[in-house]
Amino acid sequence: MSEPQVFERIRDEIARNDVLLFMKGTPVFPQCGFSAAVVDVLSELGVRFHGINILVDPELRQGIKEFSQWPTIPQLYVKGEFVGGCDIVREMFEAGELEQFLKDKGVALARAA
Amino acid sequence: MGKVATAIEAKLRAALAPVRLEIVDDSSKHRGHAGWREGGETHFNVEIVSAAFDGQNRVTRQRLVYAALKAEFDAGLHALALTTLTPAEHAQR
Repeated sequence: MSEPQVFERIRDEIARNDVLLFMKGTPVFPQCGFSAAVVDVLSELGVRFHGINILVDPELRQGIKEFSQWPTIPQLYVKGEFVGGCDIVREMFEAGELEQFLKDKGVALARAA
Repeated sequence: MGKVATAIEAKLRAALAPVRLEIVDDSSKHRGHAGWREGGETHFNVEIVSAAFDGQNRVTRQRLVYAALKAEFDAGLHALALTTLTPAEHAQR
């Protein structure tokens, strides 16, 4: 079985954005509490990220679930690596692991030390 | 317990033999939000403690849960807030 065409687009987006959030709504106007929670964490850490609103793109909405083998949104990618959804991002943030992970990946954090 | 919650419990028990499993239906808190539907059972909060998570990272743990519940997601289950712990991690809480 050949892979869905949308995978190509997803790979391209992931390659072009160091920190990429597939979400419902936009970073300024999240339309789901789980997406909003991840935006809050990234903002708190001062991470520059690109948000893709899957609500306006049905092909992407289905495709990203298959691509990541992950049935829910939001989904966070950092430097090509799938980090997880809302629970994982929040857990890592609360444990201080997310900040370390981002630093290890070479992502700039604007938060004052 | 509703139909979906009952199915979630049965499938997680069969797939992951949890030593602790707590399932809370949060659907009413998401009333009117995307994915919500009349009759509920779309949003759940699940805490699961299982030896199947030993040595697995967070992403793999959640994928194990999602794989067990694929039919439920396909049928309209919208959101699972997951806490996945090994027995050792749970004992430390």
